[in-house]
Amino acid sequence: MLSSAPSGIYGVMAEFDTPTELVRAANAANAEGYLKMDAYSPYPIEELNQALNLHHNKLPLIVLVGGIIGGLTGFLLQWYITVYNFPTNIGGRPLFSWPMYIVITFELTVLFASISATFGLLGLCGFPRPYHPVFNVPRFSLATRNGFFLCIEADDPLFDLDKTKSFLNGLDPKEVSEVAN
Amino acid sequence: MPEDQEVIDLQPATPKDIIGAGHTLNTVTDQIANVVLTGKMPLLWYGAIAAGMGLLGLFGLVVTLLMAKGVGIWGIRIPVGWGWAITNFVWWIGIGHAGTLISAILLLLNQQWRNSINRFAEAMTLFAVACAGMFPLLHMGRPWIFYWMFPYPNAMGIQPQFRSPLVWDVFAVSTYATVSLLFWFVGLLPDLGTMRDGAKNRFQQIVYGMLSMGWRGSAKHWSIWETACLLLAGLATPLVLSVHTVVSFDFTIAIVPGWHSTFFPPYFVAGAIYSGFAMVLVLAIPLRSAFHLKGLITDKHLDNCGKVMLATGLIVAYAYLLETFTAWYSGNVYEQQAFWNRMTGPYAGYYWFLLTCNIAAPQALWFKTIRQSPVWLFAWSVIVLIGMWLERFVIIVSSLAQDFLPSSWGIFQFTRWDLATFVGTLGLFTFLFFCFVRVLPMISMNEVRMLTPQAKVQREETHVE
Repeated sequence: MLSSAPSGIYGVMAEFDTPTELVRAANAANAEGYLKMDAYSPYPIEELNQALNLHHNKLPLIVLVGGIIGGLTGFLLQWYITVYNFPTNIGGRPLFSWPMYIVITFELTVLFASISATFGLLGLCGFPRPYHPVFNVPRFSLATRNGFFLCIEADDPLFDLDKTKSFLNGLDPKEVSEVAN
Repeated sequence: MPEDQEVIDLQPATPKDIIGAGHTLNTVTDQIANVVLTGKMPLLWYGAIAAGMGLLGLFGLVVTLLMAKGVGIWGIRIPVGWGWAITNFVWWIGIGHAGTLISAILLLLNQQWRNSINRFAEAMTLFAVACAGMFPLLHMGRPWIFYWMFPYPNAMGIQPQFRSPLVWDVFAVSTYATVSLLFWFVGLLPDLGTMRDGAKNRFQQIVYGMLSMGWRGSAKHWSIWETACLLLAGLATPLVLSVHTVVSFDFTIAIVPGWHSTFFPPYFVAGAIYSGFAMVLVLAIPLRSAFHLKGLITDKHLDNCGKVMLATGLIVAYAYLLETFTAWYSGNVYEQQAFWNRMTGPYAGYYWFLLTCNIAAPQALWFKTIRQSPVWLFAWSVIVLIGMWLERFVIIVSSLAQDFLPSSWGIFQFTRWDLATFVGTLGLFTFLFFCFVRVLPMISMNEVRMLTPQAKVQREETHVE
C-alpha cells in the first residue's frame, strides 16, 4: 500500500472561501487520482457531483420497493378482510369489490414509499451519527454556515500525509488542517 | 454577522426580487438562526403565544365538558349530525394543503420563490392537520377508542368497512399527516446542523445536535438528500390532491342532494389551496414585519401568493357556477330544490355572504396595488378564510337540514360550545405555530442560501482538463 498515514489521522482537510474554489479543488483532486474524499458545503452544489462521482444513489430503488410493498399491503389487507376475515354482504354486491380498494391502496403506497425515503436517506447517510472525525477541525462548524471544505481521507490509496497536504496547499486554500480520528 | 442585520433591513427588496439586495450566506444564516438561538422575541410573539395559550385553555375546557356530557353540548341534532365539527375539519384540512403545494408542487416546478416560505408553510400544514384531526376525533363522542377505525386483529371480531369513504378518510388524513411530518423533518435536517453549529449554549448544542442526526454538509449526503426531497415531493404531490379528493368523497358518495356530484374533488382541492394561501399570507405578513424578514419574505412573495389566491378563487367561482347549473340542468327535483333552498331558504344569508367573500371580494386581487400592499392583502386573506369556512358550512348544513322529505327537515342552531371548540382549535394552531417559531428556523436556511449571489459557482472556472 502506498498509504503512509499515521494511525489517528482521518484525513487532510482544506478550507475554501467560495463554492467555485471548492469545485475547482474537487475537480483537481479527482484529476490527480484521489478517490476517497468528500466535500462539505452549507447547501447542495450540483457541480460537485461530477468531481465526486455522485450521480447515482440507491434511494430511488429503496423508495420503489417501499412503495410496491405499501401498495401490496393496502390491497391485500382489504382483500383479505373484506373477502375472508370479515365478509359483509351489502346490497348483494360482490365481496371482492376491488374498485373500492383503490384509495387505501394508493394511500399506503405513498405512506410506505415516504417512510422508505426518509429512513433510506438516514440509512444511506449513516445517520444518526452524532460524532464524526471531521468535527475535530475547529473551523469545520462553518460548513453549515459559509465554509467550503474538501477532505481527502487517509484510506485513499494515494494518500500520503505530506504529499496530500502539499497538493491541497497548491490549490490556494484558506487553510489546510489534519483531521484527527 | 449580526451587525449586518440592520443594513439588510434598510434595503428592502425591490418588488421583483425574491431576496433582498446585499444578502450573503452569513446574513441569511444569522437572520434566521438568531431568532431561535438568541431567543429575543418581538412583542407579536408574546401576544400570539399568550392568546394561543388562553384559547388552548378554553379548548381544554370544552374537551373536558365534551367528555363528561357528550357531543350533545354541540348543536348537532338529526337531521344535521355533522354541523360545525365536520365544517371545521374540512376547513382546517384545506388550509394545510397550501403548505404541501408550496413545499412539494412548487419544488417540482422549480419555483425558487418557494424557498423562503416553504418551511413555515409546511409547519402550518402540520398544525392545521392536527387541528383538523381534533374534529372527527371529538365528533366520534368516544375519542379514546379511535383506534377502532384501523384494521387490527381484535376480540370483537369486527373490521372497518373498506367501502366507506369515511374509512378512506382515516387513511388519507393519517398518511397526509405522517408524510408531511417526514418531509418537513427531511427538509429541516441541514438547518438543524446549522443550529447545532451556531448554538449559544451547551443545551442548544445537545438538542439540535441530536435532532440533526449528525448532519455535516457532506456532498455525498447532499446528493442523497436532494434525491430524497425530490422523491418526497413527487409522492406528496398526488397525495395532497388525493387528500381533499377523499374528503370530498365523504360528501359525493352519499346520495344527499347538493352533495352527490362528480366535480367535487377538483372543486374541493381548488378551495383548499385557496384558503391555504390565505392562511399563508395571514401568517407571513405579520411574521415578516415582526421579525424583520422583509428581505427574505419579499413583496414578490406576497404578490405571487395573491396571484395563486386569485387563480384558485376563480376555479372556485367556476365550481359554484357549474354546481348551480348542473343542479338546474339535471332535471332532478331534489337537486333543484336543494339549490333553491340554499339561495332562498334559511341559510340564504350564509350562502350570499360566502359568494361575496369568495367570488366578489377576491376580484380586487387583479390589481397590483392590492397584491403589493401587505395590509390589504392581509384583510383580503381574512375575508377568504371566512368565505371558505362558510362554504363548507353551507355545503354541509344546508344539504343535511333539507334533504328529500320536507317532514324530516330541521334547522341547525350552533351553541356556544361549537364556537368555543372552533376558537379553541384556533388557539391550538396559534400556540403550536408560535412554539415552532421559537424553537426551529422558520425559513429554510439552506434553500435561501442558494438564492444569494455568493452561492453560484462561476461556470468558466470549473472546466476539467
